[in-house]
Amino acid sequence: MDTSKKFLVGIYDDEDEVLLAVREVKKQGVKIHEVYTPFPIHGLDKAIGHPRTRIPVAAFLFGTLGLATMTAMTVWMMGYDWPIIVGGKDFIALPDFIPPMFEFTVLFTAFGMTFTFWITNGLWWGKKAVMFDLRSTDDKFVMAIDLSRNKLAQADITNVLKNSGAIEVNVKEIV
Amino acid sequence: MAEHTHHYTPTEVEEWYQFSPDSRRRLILGMLVGLGLLIVGAFLVSKGWGIGIEPVHEGVGGHAGGAHEGGEHHETAGWLKRVIANLWLNSVLFTGISVVGMFFVCIQYLSWAGWSSIIKRVPEAFPAFLPIMGIVMLALFFLFKHDLFHWTHEGLYDPQSAEFDPILNGKKEFLSQPFYIFRTVFYFAVWYGLWRMLRKTSIREDELGGAEHWYRMKNISRVFILVFAVTSSVCAWDWVMSIDSHWFSTMFGWYMFSSWHVTGVAVITLAILYLKDQGYLQNVNDSHLHDLGKWIFAFSIFWTYVWFSQFLLIYYANLPEEAIYFRERFTGYGGIYKAPFFINFFLCFVFPFLSLMTRDAKRAGVFMKVACWGVIIGHWFDFYQMIMPGAVGADASFGLIEIGSILLFASGFGFVVNSQLTKASLVPKNHPMLEEAFHHDI
Repeated sequence: MDTSKKFLVGIYDDEDEVLLAVREVKKQGVKIHEVYTPFPIHGLDKAIGHPRTRIPVAAFLFGTLGLATMTAMTVWMMGYDWPIIVGGKDFIALPDFIPPMFEFTVLFTAFGMTFTFWITNGLWWGKKAVMFDLRSTDDKFVMAIDLSRNKLAQADITNVLKNSGAIEVNVKEIV
Repeated sequence: MAEHTHHYTPTEVEEWYQFSPDSRRRLILGMLVGLGLLIVGAFLVSKGWGIGIEPVHEGVGGHAGGAHEGGEHHETAGWLKRVIANLWLNSVLFTGISVVGMFFVCIQYLSWAGWSSIIKRVPEAFPAFLPIMGIVMLALFFLFKHDLFHWTHEGLYDPQSAEFDPILNGKKEFLSQPFYIFRTVFYFAVWYGLWRMLRKTSIREDELGGAEHWYRMKNISRVFILVFAVTSSVCAWDWVMSIDSHWFSTMFGWYMFSSWHVTGVAVITLAILYLKDQGYLQNVNDSHLHDLGKWIFAFSIFWTYVWFSQFLLIYYANLPEEAIYFRERFTGYGGIYKAPFFINFFLCFVFPFLSLMTRDAKRAGVFMKVACWGVIIGHWFDFYQMIMPGAVGADASFGLIEIGSILLFASGFGFVVNSQLTKASLVPKNHPMLEEAFHHDI
């Protein structure tokens, strides 16, 4: 079965040009897969139209989970499983539990966000990096167009990219 | 930079704030009404017709060293003590807000921040209120020191006297009145002096331009931060912690500073939002608001962290001389401090934490306004429960006296800051990083 995908790759050599090009290409009705740049460009993700990340929601949920976990742990351990009198306090002395509760909230949030980020971005061990053009790690700005997701013909899209200022347009198959 | 460049000339971005006769009238009226409420409230309470929660005189739980001790002093009437303590409370709070204006600007210079250059004239106007606060605090100290500070009684340090207090005698070098007055004068003189230098340089930058002014302000900021690191802690011991003369907490300097800081930034944000509503500072966009929101969010948590750390250390060690501080606030005086204690926690932590958590909330002016007001009111309660139990004890309440004194100080502060804002362009037109602030995008 052929699982490869065909992409058109436009190469630009200026960050402002690629930002203008993104708007121009979208205006022509071409769907952009992704733009790869050597450094972050302000407003680029907004221009491409990527939906906003939902990672804060994940962060909140993981934080709540961490808080609940440590609350349950301390209350069960100190209150029921093996009660010990410490400093004459109650077995379930909530103020004492707040530092570990806080720490677990932070820990779960940090690890949860990191792993969520890796999973949603398909970054796992042994993963082969998808490089549309190696020069996007140096001094070129690379716009990738997924042909299977566009209705326009390949030649038309090539023209759109050229007209928007691409210095070259290549075809790339990604397995 | 074809897309991003926004060419501007300094004269174009200049904005001059008009302190309209209307707001001038409103603020003067606020001061008068505040003073009136204070007097009426004091009169009613002195006659026993107090409005508000009735003070409870029985069941005094604990006492960390207030003016009740030492029998032979003539006892000041409860209503007068309440008035004095309220004036002191607001003096400390508004001194804090004023000096945090300076602190905020200094942090911007030290961290090479560009985004804040467009709003820096707002906090820069706050310290203009410091001289008035200095005079008020010194006057209150000279007139009513025995009502506010138990340690000012002479007999405590005299081994022959019946009220000799070995604990306070051990602190007598620090709690000597000349040294105390010197310290208070020193704080105000240094804070105000450094602010004058910074302000003058800032205005000269507007007139002449050139990066050397920026570097000079950075140097002034360096000095201020060093000075403020020490003075913010020591003034907290002097002005607030010494009210409970026997008690001490090693967290207290940070605790009061964190309260001042977040309140100050909330006031800065509110001022910016209201200026924007009036048509000024239109280049302040939602990214600037987002940054201010993050600041308030973060430092609300910082306050909670310090507040709770102070509590946890005392709770865990459970030393009687330390624990009495919280005993007074939980169960003392018939439990009248329990409500302010938890209102404080709710408004200073729970409310800003939940309401400013999302990105959208921080970018919406309405949300930010509500959160800022919550934080400011919450920290008023913070200072209330820091000062009142030691200074007023069972006679504390919430009524016309409290509302009147808040109104008086807030209107006075508003008046001075508004006048100061008219003295320079709201946008520092020759700030070297202004361009960055115009394009602030996060």
